Amino acid sequence: MSTSMHEEQQIRDLHLDVLREIGNIGAAHAATSLSSLMRKKIDMHVPDVKLVSFDEMMELAGGAEKVVAGVFLRIEGEVTGSMFFILPVEQANRFIRHLTNDATFDFQEPPFSELGISAMQELGNILSGSYLSALSDFTGLKIMPSVPSLSVDMAGSIISFGLMEISTVSDDVIVIETGIFDSAEGTEGVKGHFFLLPDPPSYRTIFQTLGVL
Amino acid sequence: MEEKNVVKVGIADMNIVKVPDTIRTTGLGSCVGVVLYDETKKTAGLLHILLPDSSAGRQQIVNPAKYADTGVFALLEMLKQEGISPWRLKAKIAGGAQMFQLGPGDTMRIGPRNVESVKKELERLSIPLISEDTGGNNGRTIEFDPESCKLKIRTVNAGTTEI
Repeated sequence: MSTSMHEEQQIRDLHLDVLREIGNIGAAHAATSLSSLMRKKIDMHVPDVKLVSFDEMMELAGGAEKVVAGVFLRIEGEVTGSMFFILPVEQANRFIRHLTNDATFDFQEPPFSELGISAMQELGNILSGSYLSALSDFTGLKIMPSVPSLSVDMAGSIISFGLMEISTVSDDVIVIETGIFDSAEGTEGVKGHFFLLPDPPSYRTIFQTLGVL
Repeated sequence: MEEKNVVKVGIADMNIVKVPDTIRTTGLGSCVGVVLYDETKKTAGLLHILLPDSSAGRQQIVNPAKYADTGVFALLEMLKQEGISPWRLKAKIAGGAQMFQLGPGDTMRIGPRNVESVKKELERLSIPLISEDTGGNNGRTIEFDPESCKLKIRTVNAGTTEI
């Protein structure tokens, strides 16, 4: 009895390690892409894998009312799920000003310039693309991301969209979260977040593929 | 002077409030906030639904506040427990935005479907819909005051309104 419970526990820990590793590999590649795009060193935190309620998920993104720039995409293929890259709006401004050489760009002052919008869109494309291609290389699974879509609004209104699929089967969500930050400015305050939310049936596929089921 | 509290309602959640308190929910995107209120008793309930239809659910035990087709009725029952007569109830709704433009292949249209489903439920339960602020592509934070029976709606890019 105690042995089987112990084994079950071990399996769970191993599963968490696998999901953490997915966050690690994905975000490391994305941070490298961002680093070469911005020509500055970008670091990342150790990924966190958590089982959270929908409301706790909003808190992870900074609170339901926090204004953020959010890039969302759906993942289709052998693994399905939702992915977000979330930046606090002040940080999004800094990135876009740097990329476009337009010091006046401000996501808090609509209407936004076309150039700024497409730069943000492109930033989202590049980061989510490098995250997911690393994930695909690591697992050998076919992963087809949808075209990323951008919204600058309250975190709650953005994140809830990614909960739709999961919410039909559960009131909790497993989230693989990785924070990235500008290493020149230190670890204080994570500047951007990746959230990977695999649809529940995909866990089995991931664990099976990586030989930990 | 009585102290005013703001009762908070989370996602897939509901609650009720009496004067002088107000009730609010934050960051509605494609979700819909449904207020049912009784003007004479100055009592209101707020529901924050996520999905249009509980038959899409694959769960054994369902949280009724998650779906439009179960949530409106559950809120009405909750108000009945507080001694509110259903025929006195009126409704105001907000939310149901399209937060992301997912291209022509986007069949989800979850925001508009949530709004449609809520309206169908209100009609079925004979609750008049007094006003609404739905659709568009803005997130909304809403707060209802059972004293004035006004629903205040705050957005990031489109200002604040009251319905």
